[in-house]
Amino acid sequence: MFRWILGGREAQGSAEKSPVLCIGEEQPKNCFTELQVLKGHFDIVRFLVQIDDFRCASAGDDGLVLVWNIETGERLQELRGHSQQITAITTFTCDNGVTSHTSLITASSDRSLSLWDPDTGNRVQTISDLQSPVKCLLVLERLGVWVSGGEELCVWNKDFQLQCHRQNHSDTGITALIELPKNCLAAAMDKEIVIYRLTFSTDSSLSVAEIRCLSDHQDQIRALINVNDGLFASGSHAGELILWDAVDWNILAYEHILWEESQTCAQSEIRLAAPKPSEMSIQHLTTNGKHILAAVGSGLYVYSVLTKTVVAYRKVAHDSNVLHTMLLSDSALMSCSEDGSVRMWEIQDLPLPAEPASAGFFGMWTFGRSNKQTGPPSKKVVDVPNIRTLELTGDLIGHSGAVQMFVSFKENALVTCSTDHLLILWKDGERQSHLRSLALFQKLEENGGL
Amino acid sequence: MIGSPDVVAFTKEDEYGETSPDPWALPEEFSIPLHPLADSNPWAKTSYAKFTKDFILISEFSEQVGPQPLLTIPDDSKVCGTFDLNYFSLRIMSVDYQASFVGHPPGTGYPRLSFVEDSRVVLGDSKEGAFAYVHHLTLYDLEARGFVRPFCMAYVSADERKIMLQFQELSLRFSRASECLKAGNRRAFAKELQRKLRDLEYTHSVLQREEGLQREAGPQCMYSAHAVEKANELANVEKSIYEHRDLLKQISSYHHRPRRDPHAVSCQKCVTECLSECEVLLDKYAKLANPFSYSDKGGKGEEGQGRVGDERGEEEVDEEEEEGVKRKLSYTPQLIKAKSAKCFDKRLKTLQELCDNTFYEATVELLKETEKSFRGDLCYLYTRRLDRALRRKQKVTNFLFEEDLGDDDEDEGGTMRPFCALNHAVDNYTLLNPPPIVLEPELLELDTLEPPNPPSETGHAQEFCELGLVERHLDSSPSDQTLTTQESSEETKGSFSSDKSGMGPAERQQNLASMMSEAPDPDSDLTPDAEHNTDLERDSSSEEVETTAGDDEGDQTPVSLLEVSELEASREDECDGGADGPCEIESDLLVPIDTACCMSQDGFLYEASAPEKVPHLSQNSHSQPGQTLVVNQEPQAQLPLQDDYTVGSPSSESPAAGLELPVGLLGDAVSRTSAEDGSDCTMSASTGSDRAASPLGYGGVVTLRQRKKAGQGALRFVRQYPFAMQALWCLLSGRTLVVLGADEGRVRRLVAALALFVPAPGRCGERVQAWLSCPFTLTDLQRWKLIGLQRVATPVGSSMLYSLSRYSRYISILDADQKTLRCPPYRGQLLANIADHRTYIRRGSTYFLHLQSTLCRLAAKAFLFTFTHHLHLPVSSTEGPEVVEGRRRCFLQEQLGLGEEDSLILLYLSQLITQQYLQPGRSSAAATFSFNYTTSVFYKI
Repeated sequence: MFRWILGGREAQGSAEKSPVLCIGEEQPKNCFTELQVLKGHFDIVRFLVQIDDFRCASAGDDGLVLVWNIETGERLQELRGHSQQITAITTFTCDNGVTSHTSLITASSDRSLSLWDPDTGNRVQTISDLQSPVKCLLVLERLGVWVSGGEELCVWNKDFQLQCHRQNHSDTGITALIELPKNCLAAAMDKEIVIYRLTFSTDSSLSVAEIRCLSDHQDQIRALINVNDGLFASGSHAGELILWDAVDWNILAYEHILWEESQTCAQSEIRLAAPKPSEMSIQHLTTNGKHILAAVGSGLYVYSVLTKTVVAYRKVAHDSNVLHTMLLSDSALMSCSEDGSVRMWEIQDLPLPAEPASAGFFGMWTFGRSNKQTGPPSKKVVDVPNIRTLELTGDLIGHSGAVQMFVSFKENALVTCSTDHLLILWKDGERQSHLRSLALFQKLEENGGL
Repeated sequence: MIGSPDVVAFTKEDEYGETSPDPWALPEEFSIPLHPLADSNPWAKTSYAKFTKDFILISEFSEQVGPQPLLTIPDDSKVCGTFDLNYFSLRIMSVDYQASFVGHPPGTGYPRLSFVEDSRVVLGDSKEGAFAYVHHLTLYDLEARGFVRPFCMAYVSADERKIMLQFQELSLRFSRASECLKAGNRRAFAKELQRKLRDLEYTHSVLQREEGLQREAGPQCMYSAHAVEKANELANVEKSIYEHRDLLKQISSYHHRPRRDPHAVSCQKCVTECLSECEVLLDKYAKLANPFSYSDKGGKGEEGQGRVGDERGEEEVDEEEEEGVKRKLSYTPQLIKAKSAKCFDKRLKTLQELCDNTFYEATVELLKETEKSFRGDLCYLYTRRLDRALRRKQKVTNFLFEEDLGDDDEDEGGTMRPFCALNHAVDNYTLLNPPPIVLEPELLELDTLEPPNPPSETGHAQEFCELGLVERHLDSSPSDQTLTTQESSEETKGSFSSDKSGMGPAERQQNLASMMSEAPDPDSDLTPDAEHNTDLERDSSSEEVETTAGDDEGDQTPVSLLEVSELEASREDECDGGADGPCEIESDLLVPIDTACCMSQDGFLYEASAPEKVPHLSQNSHSQPGQTLVVNQEPQAQLPLQDDYTVGSPSSESPAAGLELPVGLLGDAVSRTSAEDGSDCTMSASTGSDRAASPLGYGGVVTLRQRKKAGQGALRFVRQYPFAMQALWCLLSGRTLVVLGADEGRVRRLVAALALFVPAPGRCGERVQAWLSCPFTLTDLQRWKLIGLQRVATPVGSSMLYSLSRYSRYISILDADQKTLRCPPYRGQLLANIADHRTYIRRGSTYFLHLQSTLCRLAAKAFLFTFTHHLHLPVSSTEGPEVVEGRRRCFLQEQLGLGEEDSLILLYLSQLITQQYLQPGRSSAAATFSFNYTTSVFYKI
């Protein structure tokens, strides 16, 4: 496209090798026609959390937590206190009947935990002498406690008092935590998922006990999510996606996602020839209860929970690893990647079923594992008519570094954060212009004329 | 006040003769013109003046030598050339403006100071080709006859109408200068009086002592001739003391006196200061109640010391008096001789001595500024003023394409500056040298005022002084304005008619600038010299002579002259009325009138641009209906907008009619003329009218010049690149344009030219980056709308190319080296008018004006679109957004006749207006960055 700029002397080779699809500049379905660059961080911005309908907090390697108004792009608060990078951030909502107040809990590499009031910017509570840095946080609002995971598992109450803790023996420590029914927790530690149970004694003291250790993954677990009340899912570095029963912790489905070059290869060969692990590493899992969206390497994989089958996939959705994904609706999804772009996808039926599929049509390959018989056998036959395609409907280009994460505020805005230290607020230009018109006439009325 | 028309009418009789042609006179072609160039050239009038530029002359009527020139501003011998200043001084001083009433009026025992109001006269000397606004004033001098010294300040110009039509402004500015001089003079006079009083007291004491000695000597001496003489002398001195004390009283009560002069400037602050000053004085006066108490102290002083330490002495005295006569005197009072010297023996004080030096300098500064602000010809001054007046009314959309009015405001304010800044100047001065004067009001001011501003700064102090006055001098009287426009329309026509030869003054000036080592003043390009030079340089076609002759005829219409006198009469009435109460005019009045000006001017222009000679009467009758029409219609636009917005149906024209009327008419006119014949001549004529109507880009002279130069670049761009229209569309629709090139100068020039098209470029062009040699980021795109980018063949270059391709969806790329453009396709017609590479416009300044008028129309449309309620919001609750959307599209397409892509321009401008209206303080650069996803195409030459 830019050959003319180079004056005809360029060697445009590498770009054409990768079959990354390019949507071009005409994107009628892309409604994000307005953007605002939010500056404030000095290092990689890794986390975004939504505080309420119009606020969001960002945190990153500079140890700063910034609170933004996404309607105006204004920086509301600057929460300073951590001396090292933020490793986890979550919101903590206190609902005392009439009013609910949302606070922020942050964990940092400086081995401290802090509770912030995003309204005032005050550091309400802080604990700074932890033995090890916290890697993940989980708020159990029902119980009024929250859990921090790292090399040890600690349970805290609202007032930042340690209720109980449990040392782990794993080197890597807890990388992910989810809440399960019956006061249970699932923690991902290296290749295992450990189920803990919280028990309240009669004197209202709390204890935590390890109940079960699920070690079905063959590689490090990268993602652990709740699917719905009865299911949770985990994904590993080797591309294994396991669906678990949330109550009795049995495997309901096992998928080994392998991006396959060609349909003709034998199974064993495929596994042996499976290229770099990052190409099939499940970086991120997201779900809306019906579908699970997995970011596998630089590709996307949509799995139906109901039918336990793949719905749609695209092996090369981005130029580089996909870092974060989201299911916007049943048919629309969004992903961001190390290549600096955010892409919007639509799950579409194949235009013509008879049309010959692309080479990667059967790239996804599932099989049952013989040594683990707990789960129902996976389908070996792929239902061709059920496979639909992921069509790119738009992409957002703005960041000059990897897009770490994004948060959607529905129709109001989309916030992305990136390694280029920036946040970008993407908005629907038409909607914004309508809102501005409203404001204009309101002001006109207040002023009583021009 | 003497009506100036009388004087002028007297001097202008030759022109009257000319304009009522004698039926028996020879046909024009057989007559030998007196001044060959005079009749064919609109600048003919100025051609035979012996000076090249307007200047300010200060003269005095010396009681010793009669009228004599004192100084000129600018103080440059070249300015006056061979012009005889002595003779002209005689002319202007010979007007006996108001007999100074001096001496003993019946009923009073003491001489009275005459408080003479200034007078303003317009004088002409047709032989010399010089006309002058003359401002007479009197200053007090204790040694002068009747204590007064008549002076005058004159603004001398070769263009009589310039003076006539700028009368109000000139009068105001000169009044200010005069007030400044007089204030200083009063101070100096009081100082002098006090010294005199001191001397008298001393003399009195000496005489008393002598008398006492005589008395001691014995009664036989009592009645000797000598003793009688002494006694008489003593009585005389006593009388003199009383007289001088009375004078002091009079001068200090100056401010209590009612002013009849409507232009007399009295800053409220100064009045209060002067009142307190008077109190101080009166206190002091009471202290000196016994004038003879002085004798003990000063008596022993050596009398021989004389006038050596005069200057020092007075300082000392004042200081000493301030401190309550405690310190030992270093000033030796003079013994006053019984008989004063003859008036021809003494040296008269200079103007500088008459006024306090600080005041004198401030006045000169003020006059210099006046001279500066009146540079340029009448047409220029008028269009600039119209511009400003109209742009003040266009606050909402001004930011889009026009230069910031902020400096204009300062400029306007600058006229007030020295008057009040004077005080500040004195402040500073007194900090350096302790104030030598008792009657120093600034001493009081020191602690009550904010930190003193240096006079070079634009004072804001003047803002709270005389606000009404500013208003008044801006607005001036309606009748004045009406006349003004007629005059200026002729002027416009006149100056633009010269454009037919293919070169405009501005560009001519540019051309000249390259030839002449010293570039002429931007405003002086209309002076006869430059004009003649270029007249000789270019070969003037016969038709040019024809048309300009016609125009020249129009210039000297008796009708306009009659109206001048009418105007003067009406203004006199106005001023008389205004003298009683505050002479303020409702600011609302201004707009209809101004627009009326434009409209009438508009009609006038097309009338006048007809090649045949138009009868004067019909000219007049043509201009009148236009005015009444507009005056009738315009108030609709003055209604609050909401009234117009409560319209249900999109097809309802009424808000559009009310709001868009002037622009629409002008627009039609423009398109009509350009359709009829696309020659540069009519184009320039119509832009001339539009220029008056659309106040665009007249911030400062320098920037105007720069922008005109940029206009040349833009014209070159438009003519050179067939895809210029697409590039302009990108800029106007808010898509960032990157100009890519290896040669910095070339890219910078291109950017400077294209910057004219960037809407809301910011106060200092923040949204334009002329030269960037590093890869740009998204933040840059949000900030800049026009970027000049260096093309380099280094790793930096490749990363730059990467950023270009990465952000290609947000930008259009103009390759200056290979002359290509990559941008979304544009097929609209809106910009065809300004981006036609076959345009007949040849000059940058003409194109600039053309451009400004087009952009102004766009801005007006965008304004209408933005503030029309039903185009954005549902009229009733049952309407959905799609109805509103449909209505908006209908409005854009059918009522404004804009296509899809042209609508984008309007939407973008509207968005800018909305943002600006909602957040006036915030610059648009901080706002969001909008774009749309469209494919780009690739244009080549």
